[in-house]
Amino acid sequence: MSADSSQSPPDTAQVPDRRPLIAFTWLWVGAPLAYGLYELVRKATQLFTG
Amino acid sequence: MSPPVAPPGWSRWLVPPAALSVHLSIGQAYAWSVFKPPLESALGLSGTQSALPFQLGIVMLGLSAAFGGTLVERHGPRWAMTVALVCFSSGFLLSALGAAVEQYWLIVLGYGFVGGIGLGIGYISPVSTLIKWFPDRPGMATGIAIMGFGGGALIASPWSAQMLKSFGTDSSGIALAFLVHGLTYAVFMLLGVLLVRVPRPRERADGRPAPLEGVQVSARAAMRTPQFWLLWIVLCMNVTAGIGILEKAAPMIRDFFADTSTPVSTTAAAGFVALLSAANMAGRIGWSSTSDLIGRKNIYRVYLGVGALMYALIALFGDSSKPLFVLCALVVLSFYGGGFSTAPAYLKDLFGTYQVGAIHGRLLTAWSLAGVLGPLIVNWIADHQEEAGRHGSALYGTSFLIMIGLLVVGFAANELIRPVHARHHEPATTVPAQHAQKEGNDVSRQQPESA
Repeated sequence: MSADSSQSPPDTAQVPDRRPLIAFTWLWVGAPLAYGLYELVRKATQLFTG
Repeated sequence: MSPPVAPPGWSRWLVPPAALSVHLSIGQAYAWSVFKPPLESALGLSGTQSALPFQLGIVMLGLSAAFGGTLVERHGPRWAMTVALVCFSSGFLLSALGAAVEQYWLIVLGYGFVGGIGLGIGYISPVSTLIKWFPDRPGMATGIAIMGFGGGALIASPWSAQMLKSFGTDSSGIALAFLVHGLTYAVFMLLGVLLVRVPRPRERADGRPAPLEGVQVSARAAMRTPQFWLLWIVLCMNVTAGIGILEKAAPMIRDFFADTSTPVSTTAAAGFVALLSAANMAGRIGWSSTSDLIGRKNIYRVYLGVGALMYALIALFGDSSKPLFVLCALVVLSFYGGGFSTAPAYLKDLFGTYQVGAIHGRLLTAWSLAGVLGPLIVNWIADHQEEAGRHGSALYGTSFLIMIGLLVVGFAANELIRPVHARHHEPATTVPAQHAQKEGNDVSRQQPESA
């Protein structure tokens, strides 16, 4: 996530800090995915215990 | 709607969540089976009838991806994601109405036809944009999005089941569940619509957009190249081989070990299916990212060559070792997922970024055929073997040989892929650039390596 390649090139000196937005958006998609993975792992363990 | 151009300082790491919000939603399609038993009992449907909305949805996915790709390229990702949001959500809302008034045809029209258009347009909506933002890592970028399509079912399956448990499985409970799905997915996908941006166009000294560097081929021209159809064969063979296991995973593992001292219970077989889903998802991000390092042609050599070897191991020794059977099946399924997610990057290497989304949409027709071919082969052969009095692993031996043959055909097709002839290239003046930094260097670096 280096600054030179991960951002559209700024043409003004002051650009807003995008980090809070990045964190929010990844949380938005990450939370339901984590729920799905948790349920998956719960089910997958049945292969060894069922 | 003109494509939304990123403001100065916009981070490209905001684009994958936008893509994921769409793919995690439309991936719900693979959890449709949760609704089948309640629909059958509430509306008096047969199993074939209750599967129809899903099947029509997948057909519409292929058709709208194939025919809508050019529109997606023209209008940009925000337009495409908006269409996907409206179609996918209103599909659920129409289905809710259908369930409430007990009109089955409304569910077919809503979820299958209208929602299916949302699936196809949504599937291809972020591909081109992601590749443009991540010219240095196109495999990883598209892998993240297409992994989301696999992840969508993981989320929807327990979520929908829980909702039906709470609302009830009569027609009003199903209607309420459809309604909540439609509204929730609309809100969830809205993030993608609001967030997605295309990179700012690079400009020449005179202020006009600079042309794209490297090979650029239009979707129409790509269809006339052998490379497109060879890659179509590669994808079709790889998907057919993966679906061959996925389709009958639970009965297959039970049959394989039915006559051994360690038979597999129904519960354990369900765990095996879940594990395969995990491998499918992991393959989408893992193998696609690996392709950025070793090249697209090499990764498909692995998918097809090692995939054939895995099938051979299952056929020869699968019934003597449960760990070996499980391991080989997991590897095959990871290659199945990887094949899907690496395809857009392979297309980018061959045809450039100019209309890669549209070309990808057309390539997905290979998926439609494979979706029919894979289950057909395995089920038809297993049924005939059973009629002939065979049982256990003998039900699948012939299917596995056919799958090995298909993978070898795919391997040969991949070997025949060469760089696209210059007569198919677009003139530099017709393709304005809309790229992140370092684009030209990476295109020229990837082309000889992968094509």
